[in-house]
Amino acid sequence: MSVGLEHYLVLAAILFSIGLYGALAKRNAIVILMCIEIMLNAVNIAMVAFAHYVNVIAGQVFTIFIMVVAAAEVAVGLALIITIFRNRKTVDAEKYDLMKW
Amino acid sequence: MPNAAIISIILLPICSFLIISLVLRPFFNHRPKLSAYTTITAIAGSLILSLWALASVSGAEHHVLTNVSYHWLSIGDTVIELGFTMDSLAAIMVVTVSTISLLVQIYSLGYMKGDGGYARYFAFMSLFTGSMLGLVMANNLLFLFLFWEGVGLCSYLLIGFWFHKPSAARAAMKAFFVTRLGDFGFLVAVIFLYAKTGTFNIGELHEAALAGTLGGTALTVAAIGIFSGACGKSGQFPLHTWLPDAMEGPTPVSALIHAATMVTAGVYLVARMFPVFASSDTAIMVVAAIGGFTAIFAASMGLVAHDVKRVLAYSTISQLGYMMLGLGAVGMGYASGHLDEHTAMSLGVAVAIFHLFTHAFFKALLFLGSGSASHATGTFDMMKMGGLRKAQPITYATFVIGSLSLAGIWPLAGFWSKEGILHEAYHYVPVLFWVAMITVFMTAFYMFRAVFLTFHGTYRGGEADNHGHSHGLHESPKVMIIPLIVLATLAVVAGWLPVGNFLGAHTHFSFFGVLSGWMAWVSILFGVAGIALAYLIYVRKWLSADSIRASLGPVHTTLIRKYFIDELYERFIVMRVLINGLFVILQWIDTHIVDGVVNGVAAVTIRTGGVIRRLETGQLQVYGLAIAIGILAIIACVFIFS
Amino acid sequence: MGQQVAFWILALLCVGAALAVVYVRDIFRVALFMVLCFLAVAGLYVTLNADFLAAAQILVYVGAIGVLIIFGIMLTRESKRGSPTGKLRPAAMLVAFLFMATMIAVIVGSEWYVASEPSSGATTTQIAQSIFDKDGFILAFEIAAALLLAAVIGAVVLTRDKKDK
Repeated sequence: MSVGLEHYLVLAAILFSIGLYGALAKRNAIVILMCIEIMLNAVNIAMVAFAHYVNVIAGQVFTIFIMVVAAAEVAVGLALIITIFRNRKTVDAEKYDLMKW
Repeated sequence: MPNAAIISIILLPICSFLIISLVLRPFFNHRPKLSAYTTITAIAGSLILSLWALASVSGAEHHVLTNVSYHWLSIGDTVIELGFTMDSLAAIMVVTVSTISLLVQIYSLGYMKGDGGYARYFAFMSLFTGSMLGLVMANNLLFLFLFWEGVGLCSYLLIGFWFHKPSAARAAMKAFFVTRLGDFGFLVAVIFLYAKTGTFNIGELHEAALAGTLGGTALTVAAIGIFSGACGKSGQFPLHTWLPDAMEGPTPVSALIHAATMVTAGVYLVARMFPVFASSDTAIMVVAAIGGFTAIFAASMGLVAHDVKRVLAYSTISQLGYMMLGLGAVGMGYASGHLDEHTAMSLGVAVAIFHLFTHAFFKALLFLGSGSASHATGTFDMMKMGGLRKAQPITYATFVIGSLSLAGIWPLAGFWSKEGILHEAYHYVPVLFWVAMITVFMTAFYMFRAVFLTFHGTYRGGEADNHGHSHGLHESPKVMIIPLIVLATLAVVAGWLPVGNFLGAHTHFSFFGVLSGWMAWVSILFGVAGIALAYLIYVRKWLSADSIRASLGPVHTTLIRKYFIDELYERFIVMRVLINGLFVILQWIDTHIVDGVVNGVAAVTIRTGGVIRRLETGQLQVYGLAIAIGILAIIACVFIFS
Repeated sequence: MGQQVAFWILALLCVGAALAVVYVRDIFRVALFMVLCFLAVAGLYVTLNADFLAAAQILVYVGAIGVLIIFGIMLTRESKRGSPTGKLRPAAMLVAFLFMATMIAVIVGSEWYVASEPSSGATTTQIAQSIFDKDGFILAFEIAAALLLAAVIGAVVLTRDKKDK
């Protein structure tokens, strides 16, 4: 069976869903960050698959930019988590509820 | 006579009230006599205008001088007017009211001397006189009701004049509440009549009733509603309980309001609306029955009363019952077909109003006389009085004249008016004729019981008069005696005036000719018998009052406790049925259902808010979940709707 | 043929690593599984003829992001907490499953426009030309650079010690 575009797209969908689940269900803030990275990677896979099968290089260019943004986001995100950890001594996302009613 | 002059009859006392309350009382309270003079001047002016009106009416066409209406306000299709009429009925009433009022005001100059509320008293008296005059001159029911309430208000204010006395305050409230019950029926009837006929105007209502456009049950209901108002004001059974207690007010108040004028407003109302009543068989039977019953019922309670004003109060209720009886008898004559319409309408009014006219004079006289006696002795309790005829000869003489007139002895005024009523009762409702006769006997008895207890025998009171004079009892000052003399004269001659004819009926008996009939002798006989019995018991003491009381113990108790009706009303109906029964239920409904709904809405809102609030957890992941669900929802919508 | 085998192996590896990220308790192991996932993705790029991107993936994700994450884990050590699941687990599972189902349904049901011939050849030059040529993505490139700068500065500012100003 030849692997076509759909296979890669389905793989991307599965990865994205797993990442989504993890981002919503895990309590450790760093793990949430990791799951967000997984989601971004899933999107990257889709992009590159399109670039390959539609024969347009723009897909790979987009992927580069997504990587850039992901890197920046992880940096800032981790900085935030560390700062909060210094104040709250916890990385439990359920404990971050200052905006609660 | 110009309309302005006619309307001034009402305006003069009203202006007097305004002047006293706005100018004299605030600024001139140190000269109280000014209030008295203002009132007397105003009412004298009203009297002169009333006499002029009376003279003009007799010359006027159909005996109607004027019937004008001024547009007051319109609400949608309803037009409310200020309307005045001056016909023979109104003319008689205004003359009566202003005469008695004037004499009472002059009397009050002396009686109320030294009282702290002098100015207030005369202000209320002016207002009352103005309202009463307006009441009898109103030509539509709504306007009449306005003045009706006005006199009720003044009655309340004047009964409770010495408001720091708890008994007076309570009596005033009682008067107001009991008459209120009647007024409620009256108002409902007025509105009901308006709904059925589209008018408040009395003349138009008469036409509707006689023509039959307003008939059957509607007419009966309306008539009984109006009659309930009349019962309240005139103290007929079962709304009579307030009148004896109303004697807490000053004596001139009792003389004016609760003898001669306000209580007669009920009779006036029935007389004014007589065509409406006579056209309904049921209603007119109710009027006659209640009138007759009240006459004998009240007289029975007067037999045992100790307080002279109470005796007079019961006497008033009884005599008002007589007047209702007269109206009822004529009405039943019309209903049974013995009388034709034209005769019946004026006859009914004539007999009742004639008696009202004479009664006003001798009853006011009796009240003022009792006031004079209490002025000397400091009390109204007849058991503490006695032997006053030597100390107060003029008071005694006038009192006796008044009593004879009340007992219906020929040729005094009361005889003529009573004959009129008895004559009609005999022809159309014989059973009430005999009831009336028994009442004549009882009336004469209790009246002369009062005379003998107060003026004959020896003085039983301990202390002297309330002036602190140590040299014993003396006659009252001239300013109090002169009205007594005037009223006594009227109590003799008023019956000789052709009032009945003036009111359109041909009822006048000839002076000596009346004695040729058997009825006159029977009524005189009953009266004399009553006087004689009283004489035997209280002067000659052949029969001991105490032994009679002892042997008829239960009867006496029932009478002196007013047939326990006050207990029935206050303890049973008000306390048990209403306060502990109905009102508890209503209170429960109010707290739990009405408030429950309101509070419930608030509680539901708060609880819903409390639930929805939980969405706002402040946790990022919850918000993220919400976003994800939202995206899914959008996708689903796109799928479904494309 | 080789591509297919590679795809399947790498795909399974990737999904397995991702699942491990979500289900394993110990954070450090989680981080390592994430790195494994990135490596698998890099492999997938190779099968998709994205050679430059594969290298960039390993450099950026594994090298930088993965290390950053491990540093973060080290600095935020909580006493034996690990990586528990929150109370939104059932809802999240449902939502994620629905997402996946929807997307797969759309993917499988859609007509994808596929070029007659897939891409081939080295991509570095093509990417460079796409970015830096006339009418290329040069603006996006510059903005991305600025973004990186801002992020770095932001991260430094956030975490510096307040004591030394």
